[in-house]
Amino acid sequence: MDISQSVIMTIMTAATPLLLAALGELIVERSGVLNLGLEGMMATAAACGFAMAIVSGSTTVGVLCAVLSAMALAGLFGFVTLSLGANQVASGLALTIFGLGLSGLIGAGFVGTSRPPLEPLFIEGLTDLPGFGKIIFGQDFFVYTSWILILAILIFLHLTRAGLTLRCIGENHHSAHAIGLPVLKTRFRAVLFGGACAGLAGAYLSLVYTPFWSPGMTAGRGWIALSLVVFAAWRAERVLLGALLFGGATVLQLHAQAASLGLPSQLLSAVPYLATLIALVFMSLGRKSGTVTPGSLGQPFVPER
Amino acid sequence: MQTDEAPPLVSMRQIVKRFGQFVANDQINLDLAAGEIHALLGENGAGKSTLVKILNGLLQPDAGEIYWQGEQVLLKSPRDASEVGISMVFQQFSLFENLTVAENINAAFTEHDTHGFGVRALADRIIEIGEDYDLNLDPNRPVHTLSTGERQRIEIVRALLRHPKLLILDEPTSVLTPQEAEDLFLTLEKLASGGCGILYISHKLHEVRRLCSKASILRNGRLVATCDPKSTETVEMASLMVGSSVPELRAPALHKIGDIRLHVEALSLPSQDIHGTDLHHINLDVHGGEIVGIAGIAGNGQSELFAALSGERLAQEPRHICIDTLPAGLLDIESRRALGAVFIPEERLGHAAVPDMRLSDNLLLSRHGTDNLIHGGLIDIRRSHRLAHDVVLQFDVRSASKNPYARHLSGGNLQKFIMGREILAEPGVMVVNQPTWGVDAGAATAIRQALIDLAAAGTAVLLISQDLDELFDLSDRMAVIYAGRLSQTLPIQNLTREMVGMMMAGSEVDHAA
Repeated sequence: MDISQSVIMTIMTAATPLLLAALGELIVERSGVLNLGLEGMMATAAACGFAMAIVSGSTTVGVLCAVLSAMALAGLFGFVTLSLGANQVASGLALTIFGLGLSGLIGAGFVGTSRPPLEPLFIEGLTDLPGFGKIIFGQDFFVYTSWILILAILIFLHLTRAGLTLRCIGENHHSAHAIGLPVLKTRFRAVLFGGACAGLAGAYLSLVYTPFWSPGMTAGRGWIALSLVVFAAWRAERVLLGALLFGGATVLQLHAQAASLGLPSQLLSAVPYLATLIALVFMSLGRKSGTVTPGSLGQPFVPER
Repeated sequence: MQTDEAPPLVSMRQIVKRFGQFVANDQINLDLAAGEIHALLGENGAGKSTLVKILNGLLQPDAGEIYWQGEQVLLKSPRDASEVGISMVFQQFSLFENLTVAENINAAFTEHDTHGFGVRALADRIIEIGEDYDLNLDPNRPVHTLSTGERQRIEIVRALLRHPKLLILDEPTSVLTPQEAEDLFLTLEKLASGGCGILYISHKLHEVRRLCSKASILRNGRLVATCDPKSTETVEMASLMVGSSVPELRAPALHKIGDIRLHVEALSLPSQDIHGTDLHHINLDVHGGEIVGIAGIAGNGQSELFAALSGERLAQEPRHICIDTLPAGLLDIESRRALGAVFIPEERLGHAAVPDMRLSDNLLLSRHGTDNLIHGGLIDIRRSHRLAHDVVLQFDVRSASKNPYARHLSGGNLQKFIMGREILAEPGVMVVNQPTWGVDAGAATAIRQALIDLAAAGTAVLLISQDLDELFDLSDRMAVIYAGRLSQTLPIQNLTREMVGMMMAGSEVDHAA
């Protein structure tokens, strides 16, 4: 493997957790729900996934548990905001705080543990899929999944009836309800999907990216993913761009730190976050035609009875 | 239900619907035959919308039955209703601004409905129906680029694609020019002659007389009469709707037209909202003692003009707007009030009044700076209570308690309060947007009378409205706003409804006439 390939690999590795979480949130927001609990769901999933992988000795079990735990939190959020019509911003913030706390509790017994080296980070079978070389596309299950997700989401949103329904509900839930679209059911499914994606992102952090558990290891990636969705104007292909940019900046600053340029390492660590935000702001400044914010974003929908 | 005749298309029997203590529908019966255009008449709050929402499956009745072609049916959702053949065109459109016409129509259908025609074929069907019923639409245009009339066409095409046996229309002409309304009537008559039943909700009696063969009149949630509108006097139907005879407007006392008090010159303002309207070079004078009306279909720049005049958005230069000859284009709202201007926005709850504040606090909203109500930063609460009470007494604001929350007042009573709040400030200039929208007939008359009297006392009144009856009743002079441009202002005697209707639709009218 030459250097440029290894750089591409590391960029993709850094981009993947953001991409996964942001794609899930994109679907949630396109349905008109704002779930600010991304960071909490990712943290809980990271802790759960790592703990279960250690306990069971199986990465697959770990990933499954990570996804399920994040979906459980998303389900709770969905119940509170959709069934009870609670404020989405407050509930999302509460979910983040709750999720971070819960992750500390779950992971408490596993701090300092690292995964047995024998345990493969790759899911067998997918790596060997015909037509994909091991070097570029054979990275791991998560990267692979994130690429499929982008395609699937683009097709879903623009070519399927369910996608049209979801966009309608996000744009104007009163109209959607009036023409007989199932607002709350669709939103609940979207929230669960968002949870599953956050779960994958969390599992990736603790099982692949840095294969150990430490409290606060999500390090604000949930928030970056949230802002990615907004600045990417709720479009999947732009989310990819933003995530790769973040990955690129991460790798760059690691190299900068290694080259010891004399800049404080804390400052360099902040570079990916700053660079992504700045680039995304410029991207959103450039768009002119048509407002793209889902019209009902963040508003609770309570049907009259 | 066995009779010799064929059963009616739809029969509603003893329908009751309550919201808490409030009875919205009280044992209502309604029969509608195939091919009949049936009017559902009533004031705002009479229970019309509730009744048709029940018929469309959006609401469930607390008691009563619905029979469809003689068979009892349960309509649990709009889907159920559309399966038996009931389609509805709402007053507030159920459209998605950022989607295309075809996507908007497609969204309302299930996979099952589109069996036989896919998404692409749908575009052809839209054009086909458009040709059959004169409802032309481009399937690929995004909705936010369309006029209100075109938007309504989407709703109608959407309903027609289901081949409805019963079509419900809720106040369809409230957003149309007179000419567009006439086109709609021709479409509806064509549909009815094909055997489709039509339930036409309205409070405009002349339309109902023009179009409908039967009318059911609701008042306070009860069915008060069923009649043939073509053979019943308009006055009689009006008093059935209102419950008493409708008071007439008094002509203003003889008064002089004074100096120019509101002067707008070359006012241009690009819109901040992507779906908004830019204002182009607006010129306008309003003299003390006169009411100048501005007609136009919603969304042609009325709200932008109001925002510019009130100071919610500043003009580009001070001289663009003058109040009593003083340049005010760059002054904020409070400074414009200090010059003697008052502003009454269209939206009552949320813009003109805060729903969760009491009337005395709502009074402070617009008069805190001009009525000596604040001393050293502290509110003179007794004075604000007294002034609010003055408004309540003088403008007949009816409510259950002495100083209620704004949201507890009915639309008409709240609007009377807001009008009173501004009129008692003794303004030199009043700008008012849609003062009687959604207000019952009694309150509307009181509000219009107040405007006439205010002008007679020397105030310059600028009345922005979409109600042509109101504009012709009140205005001394009138202009039409279309696509952010204001026409020349003409004396009301020189204008006819047809001319104004054409100007509202954007065509130039020969001003020499």
